[in-house]
Amino acid sequence: MIIAEQKPLDEIKNLVGNAHNVLVVGCGTCVTVCFAGGTREAAILAASLRMSSKLDGLEKSVHDVTVQRQCEWEYLDEIASQVKEADLIVSLGCGIGVQAMVEHFPDSWVVPGLNTSFLGLPTEQGVWMERCAACGDCILGLTGGICPIARCSKSLLNGPCGGSEDGHCEISPEVPCAWQLIYDRLSSQGKLDVLLELQSPKNWRTSRDGGPRKIVREDLRLAAEEE
Amino acid sequence: MNENLMHNGYLSGSKLERVLRAGHFAVTGELGPPQSADGDEIRKKAKILKGVCEAVNITDNQTAIVRMSSIGAGTIVVQEGLEPVIQMTCRDRNRLAIQSDLLGAYALGMRNLLCLTGDHQTFGNHPDSKNVFDVDSIQLIRMVSDMRDEHIFQCGDVFKGQEPRFFVGAAAAPFADPLEFRPYRLQKKVLAGADFIQTQLIYDLEAFKIFMEKVRRLGLHEKTYILAGVGPLKSPGMANYMKNNVPGILIPDEMIERMTKAGAPWAGKSKDELTKEDKKARSEAWRTEGIQICIELVQQLQEIEGVAGVHIMAIEWEEAVRPIVEGAGLYPRPEVKEVASD
Repeated sequence: MIIAEQKPLDEIKNLVGNAHNVLVVGCGTCVTVCFAGGTREAAILAASLRMSSKLDGLEKSVHDVTVQRQCEWEYLDEIASQVKEADLIVSLGCGIGVQAMVEHFPDSWVVPGLNTSFLGLPTEQGVWMERCAACGDCILGLTGGICPIARCSKSLLNGPCGGSEDGHCEISPEVPCAWQLIYDRLSSQGKLDVLLELQSPKNWRTSRDGGPRKIVREDLRLAAEEE
Repeated sequence: MNENLMHNGYLSGSKLERVLRAGHFAVTGELGPPQSADGDEIRKKAKILKGVCEAVNITDNQTAIVRMSSIGAGTIVVQEGLEPVIQMTCRDRNRLAIQSDLLGAYALGMRNLLCLTGDHQTFGNHPDSKNVFDVDSIQLIRMVSDMRDEHIFQCGDVFKGQEPRFFVGAAAAPFADPLEFRPYRLQKKVLAGADFIQTQLIYDLEAFKIFMEKVRRLGLHEKTYILAGVGPLKSPGMANYMKNNVPGILIPDEMIERMTKAGAPWAGKSKDELTKEDKKARSEAWRTEGIQICIELVQQLQEIEGVAGVHIMAIEWEEAVRPIVEGAGLYPRPEVKEVASD
C-alpha cells in the first residue's frame, strides 16, 4: 500500500494561511491503515488547527470529513457541498488523493497535509518499509521475490556492491542490504545459479524515466461503451 | 583473456596492459584530484608518482565529494607523461553521459578505465543530491568492452570511426558480504569483459589467500589480471578506524599492534605533554612502520599464484609509493616497448 506521514503542524498552518473555513478531508484506504490520514487523524488535525487558530487570536472554522477512497472521483461526490462551503481543503490523502480532489473540484484550493513516502508494508507495530518502486517492469521473478530496485540503495541488478557488511547497506546499519537478502533467499531455495547470469541494463522507460505513465485497456473501454 | 586485439597485439596498448602482457608484476598508484580547479596540484602529484608505477588511478568524486573530474585531471596526467586509469562510477552519470565522456577521454589520450558502482551520495558533501545508477558496474564493463570490441553503443547502434579502446578494469571486494558470493561476483565482472581487477585494500593475507584459492578454482586468474590493493597505514588510529568503519577491510590485530609499538616511545603521555616536535617524530615513526608493513605485504602478495600486480593506494601520501616500490624490490619499473596504435 501507499505509506505516508503527516506534515509538521507548522507547515500545514502555513499552507492554510488566512483561510477561515477549512475542511480537512481524510481517506479511508492506505493512509488510514498507516495511521496518517484516516478519520481519527483528520479529526485530530482539525482540532489542532482550531485550537492553534484560537491561540493565534483568529479563530477558524475547521471541519473534517473522511471519504472511503480519495483517489476515485465517484467517492468525492458525496462531499461536494462541504467542499464548496470551504475556503480551503487540507487533503489527508496521498499525493494521488490531493490531485483527485483538485481535478474533481477545480474551483477549490486544495493543499496537502501528508508527505507521501513510498509503497510498502508494516513490518512491525509502528514500522513501515519500502517494497516497490513501481518501475513498471517487475523483476521479482529473478531475485527470489525481493526487489533490488526499491530496496538496494543503488538499484543494482548484478549483485551486491562492496558496501554490504553484516547484512546491512553501506548507507546505514538500519538499512538491510537487499542483495544479502536476495542471496540468502536464493541460497535457501537452492537457486543461487540465477545470480551468475549477467543482467543487462534495465529498460527504464516503463519507470518514471519514460515520462508520466498511463495505462489504456481497450477491452475495458469497449465494454463500457457497449453498456 | 580477451583476444579482440589490434594488429599490434594489444586491446588498448596502454603501458599497464603492455607490462602485464609481458608477464611483469605490475604496479599502479592512486592520484586523488583536488577539491578545486588547481591543475598544479595534479602536476605536483604526477611528478611524485611518475616512474614508480605504470599508471595511476584518478578517482571519480571519491566518497561522493565533489572534486576535479577524473577525465579533466587525467588529461593533465597524460600531459605530464604519466598514464592515468580513469575511474568511472555509475552514481553520477547515465549511459549517455558515460559513453560520451569516454569517447572524449579516449580522444584526450586516456587508455585505462576502472568501472565502479560508486559510493552512495549520502557519504559525501551533497547528500541531498539525486543519484543515477542507470547501469551498474557490471553493465558498465560490458558497455565499454562492447564499444571497443563490437563497435556498438549500449543501445546496439553500430558506430563508424575510431572506437574507444580502453584496457577495462573492475574492482573486487574480497571480504565484503556475502563473503561466499565474492569470487562469483568477480567471475561476473570477468564474464562482462574486465581485463584487469584492482582489489579493495588487503591487510589480512591469510584471508586473501583463501579468496585467491577460490578465484583460481574458477580459473579467473587466467582470464584477467588481478592487482591486489595495498595501502600504507599512517597511524594505529587510522588502522582501527578502517577496521571498524570501512566495509570489507580486514586488519589483523598483530598489524595494529605493530603500529602501536612504533609509537611506544611517546605512549602514556597526554596530548598536552607532547610537544609539536614529539608529535611529528611519532607520526614519522608510525609512517615508517606503515611503509615497512606495506613492503612486506607487497613481497608476500608476489608469492600468491594469480596475483599479477599491486595497486598502491597512498591517498594524500603519494611520497610513500616510491619507498614501497623500492623496498619491495620492484624498482626500477620494467621498460616495455611503445606500440603504434594499430
